[in-house]
Amino acid sequence: MRELFLALIAGKFGYGYELKQALEQEFGELLPALNAGQIYSTLARLERDDLVVGQHVEGDSRRKRVYELTDAGRAALARWIETPVPGMWLKDEFFMKLVVVASAGLADPKTLIDRQRREYLQSLRDLDALLATNGKGVAAELLVEGAVLHAKADLEWLDLIEHRLTMREEPT
Amino acid sequence: MTRVLEARGLAKTYDTGGAEVLALRGVDLAIERGEFVAIMGPSGCGKSTLLNLLAGLDRPTAGEVWLDGDRIDRLSEAELARLRRRKIGFVFQFFNLLPTLSAVENVELPLLLVGRRRKHARRTASELMHELGVGDKRAAAPAQLSGGQQQRVALARALANTPHIVLGDEPTGNLDSAAAREVLGLLRAARDRGQTLLIVTHDARVAAAADRIVALRDGLVSDETELQAARPVALPFESGDRA
Repeated sequence: MRELFLALIAGKFGYGYELKQALEQEFGELLPALNAGQIYSTLARLERDDLVVGQHVEGDSRRKRVYELTDAGRAALARWIETPVPGMWLKDEFFMKLVVVASAGLADPKTLIDRQRREYLQSLRDLDALLATNGKGVAAELLVEGAVLHAKADLEWLDLIEHRLTMREEPT
Repeated sequence: MTRVLEARGLAKTYDTGGAEVLALRGVDLAIERGEFVAIMGPSGCGKSTLLNLLAGLDRPTAGEVWLDGDRIDRLSEAELARLRRRKIGFVFQFFNLLPTLSAVENVELPLLLVGRRRKHARRTASELMHELGVGDKRAAAPAQLSGGQQQRVALARALANTPHIVLGDEPTGNLDSAAAREVLGLLRAARDRGQTLLIVTHDARVAAAADRIVALRDGLVSDETELQAARPVALPFESGDRA
């Protein structure tokens, strides 16, 4: 969130409400209702860390503040832009749960896998329903397509996990 | 609810020159009227075998198939062919349109085969093609149509005789993702009008268009799930996100 805000401010969206509008424009209904408080608390933290500086606009009686990047803010943004984003594939809560719960004998692995598969299948339904609705932007559509591909990969992974665990249970 | 199609203890063994292959090992499955069901599983799980047995295109080694209240796995080939023409619509991965007939002739063929008058068949076929968005392709030869258009024509053909059930074998397996989504939308629209559908697929995204997904593994039903109406989806922005 913080780097997104730096980038939006660098892109001349200086007011809090402009940041909100810019995000809404790109992500449409995918964006949860961001309240003004969240926007301004993020901006306040950025200002506390000397990454942005806010000023009251002269002649504006509504106490609106307009923000711009400090040198430190520009440097932080440049680092973020130059650094590729690491993949997060080893972080998987379901798998950790499966391993720990199964090894402690607290639940049947197959039951856990089936339950998780149902959740992912339902997610595919949810995501495809979103694609079928009108009026979403290109960014939102691509994000959802990406989520669909990830969900399909996770389903394949569940099959692999189930297959391997079953093979171990049935000695030949 | 009325049961349209049912498998009871369905098993199929193939004898491949000495080695017996157990394609199905006792499958119980019931499709109720108006349901859209997907059988999902990896290649080799037995899903195509299951579909062929349910359609009366192949005979089980053990177990029973019931269509619309009648047991059909013991019927003669001629009786089965008659039953299929009247009660089952098929949608295939490679469309299987007759290449020498025009699109509308393909759609009216099943109507003519059950003895409908030519004029009635043409009108029904045209209406269906219009509903499925290929009303302007009536005179086209299948080869002149895109994959998505061919599958729409094939779906019109499958629906022509108001079948008790439409069976689909990887109905989007040969389509690009945009055409696949359109065809899935049409299958759902057919279901919304009360059509019973059963498809087999290896593709989870296709299966998720159905109301109920039956997972098949190694010739057995391994899990079954009823999908709910789509839940809202939102980006994981939280208040106080680690800023």
